[in-house]
Amino acid sequence: MSSTFDTVANIISETCDIPRDTIKPESHAINDLGIDSLDFLDIAFAIDKAFGIKMPLEQWTQEVNDGTASTEQYFQLNNLCSRIDELVAAKSA
Amino acid sequence: MRLEYFQLIDRIVELDLAGETIRAQARVPETSTILEGHFPGYPLMPGVLLIESMAQTSGWLLIGLTQFTRMPFFAAVKEAKLRSFVTPGQELMLTAKLLHQGSGYAVTKAEIRVNEKLVANAEITFRLVEFPNAEFRASIDRMASVIEFPTAARAHG
Repeated sequence: MSSTFDTVANIISETCDIPRDTIKPESHAINDLGIDSLDFLDIAFAIDKAFGIKMPLEQWTQEVNDGTASTEQYFQLNNLCSRIDELVAAKSA
Repeated sequence: MRLEYFQLIDRIVELDLAGETIRAQARVPETSTILEGHFPGYPLMPGVLLIESMAQTSGWLLIGLTQFTRMPFFAAVKEAKLRSFVTPGQELMLTAKLLHQGSGYAVTKAEIRVNEKLVANAEITFRLVEFPNAEFRASIDRMASVIEFPTAARAHG
């Protein structure tokens, strides 16, 4: 988890020009870091490449729009990193 | 090309879904109101339209890869380079390759060559969205026929 967070935080910092030390595990990508949907595409591209996964952004967005999931579940960084770890584990299983 | 109708490619030459690549061609018209304005006495194909032509080429690749179930909307362009002037009457060979297809988005690398010389290239990001309505989807079907989208690569979703 910690190495996943470091990788994700570095990607966010470089992609969005956000100081690395302001990015915390409890940071919400949208509400706290102000990342918009276009920047998140760049971040998703970098995360997909770095971890060799395909984050199901369409599904997550649909769940948030339908009210069956909160944005915190997917866009708070510690939760996002957990989702990434699950996707990596599922890939190698 | 029909610049005024934003049709920037004339024909798909090859669509390789397994290799995730596409080749298309387009001829810059000799006359157009756009070329009259860009520039009077010195007509040049506008660089933004060269970028759009690479986006359209990439878009048809993505439409093929998603089997007409998603519409690619231009979201971002990176590393766009306009290397040479493109003038009326020139024949463009456009190619695009998928770099990554994520969930709800895709990234391509595209280029334009004239007489095999690289004149423009870019990395382009698209949002992939379900077609917003049947009319739009039907217009894409019609355009696919106009530009000779390979029948074998079509599957109506």
